[in-house]
Amino acid sequence: MTGPLFSFEHVSVGDDSRWRLRDVVVELPDCGITTIVGPSGSGKSTLLRCCNRLEALREGVVRYRGVDVMTIDPLVLRRRVGMVFQRPTPFAGTGRDNLRVADPNISDARAAELLQVVKLDPSFLDRDATRLSGGEAQRLCLARSLAARPDVLLMDEVTSSVDPPTRIALEELAHSCARSDVRVLWVTHDFDQARRIADHIVVVLAGRVAHSAPAGELEAAAPPDVLAFLEEARGGE
Amino acid sequence: MASDIGWWGLAASAVLVAVAVALSMLRQLRLERSIVWSSARAAVQLLLVGVALDVLLDAGVAWSWAWVVGMVVFAADTVHRRAPEVPGVTVLALGAFAAAAVVTLAVLFGLDVFPLEPRTLIPLAGMMIGNAMTSTVLVARRVLEELRDKRDEVEARLALGLASADAAKPYVRAALRTALIPQIETTKSVGLVFLPGAMTGLILAGADPFDAVRVQIAVMYLVLGSVATTVTVVGLGAQRRLFTTDHRLVVPSRPAD
Repeated sequence: MTGPLFSFEHVSVGDDSRWRLRDVVVELPDCGITTIVGPSGSGKSTLLRCCNRLEALREGVVRYRGVDVMTIDPLVLRRRVGMVFQRPTPFAGTGRDNLRVADPNISDARAAELLQVVKLDPSFLDRDATRLSGGEAQRLCLARSLAARPDVLLMDEVTSSVDPPTRIALEELAHSCARSDVRVLWVTHDFDQARRIADHIVVVLAGRVAHSAPAGELEAAAPPDVLAFLEEARGGE
Repeated sequence: MASDIGWWGLAASAVLVAVAVALSMLRQLRLERSIVWSSARAAVQLLLVGVALDVLLDAGVAWSWAWVVGMVVFAADTVHRRAPEVPGVTVLALGAFAAAAVVTLAVLFGLDVFPLEPRTLIPLAGMMIGNAMTSTVLVARRVLEELRDKRDEVEARLALGLASADAAKPYVRAALRTALIPQIETTKSVGLVFLPGAMTGLILAGADPFDAVRVQIAVMYLVLGSVATTVTVVGLGAQRRLFTTDHRLVVPSRPAD
């Protein structure tokens, strides 16, 4: 049995005026896709950003495969733990220019291969990245993250601003990443989506981890506030 | 003969302030008090400076250097008041003005472009600092706004494992260009669109136009060099202060309206 991918040991983020995470204790398993689900503003994105040190901890320790992330060079950590953001963030220049930010020596063959992975044709290498549609730009951003050859992908509400076909494509891509041994941490407020793609689900409520369980056993030992959230999430559909 | 404005001439020129006040009243701009206050303040400030210069120009050059230091401190404080959101901007501006002073004054006096004496040191340093101050405020604000507006892109670059300086480079470059371009445009159009202050002053004071032009060209290069130096120092310094040592962006949020 392998150890956890990430473990959070009494992690707090924020200050007395507002704690975005408070005394979080959780282990994220080193397998497949883990979804982090919760209402807007509950702290799920903050939890994700602790994994690649884009967020500063006020208290506690985050470990990546057993190693305190504070002891890992952040530039090295972020190449191992890639991230795709909620809003597509294409950089100025062509698709190729974007991929070169992640890997300055990337060959055209490898670049085209990455575009193929995210279901974009090779012509996107020469297209102006800032003129792509939201869905195309988000796929390019995923290809860009994959260009750094990460071991883990953090995906922060990546389908919230794309059309349904792109949403389905991104979900399939998360599965294909997981199959190729890239672990995926997927943040979403959409419980149906969380259930659809997850091997493991973490529920975040009001800045704390309220529950963490394999997807098939989520309700079995869920505390009342989590059950209430799940009920509300289903009712909102 | 050179124009020599007496007290009567000075008072007569104030008629033009009355014109500005009249226009403000006519168009109901409600700027009459501001116009009168700023005109009076400028007159008092310049008269005081005139008295101080009268004393300084006859004193030793050491006193002139003290005056220059005073100007640098005042300019750095002005930058702080006009770009308060940029962390540590006062120290940055002090460093930038000091760097610009070393570079530009060393060239002008070290290469004997001008003789080092109070009559040259004070006005040249004044022009250098005055112009650099405006550009410094502009670049400090632009770096902050660029990094704040493009926060998502900057963090996406950081998330790819780029160091903060590399992640910020395109945005800081845009800010530096924004701050430098007005000075370059001014330099380009000088003489065609407007006659600059130093040259106008010299001609009004009766100097030979070609002497005035030579002085003006040297002054323009002084200003361009000092603006480039201060903009670069403050721009890169502001960028460093908006990231942590572990490459996180820490731009303060936009203040609420």
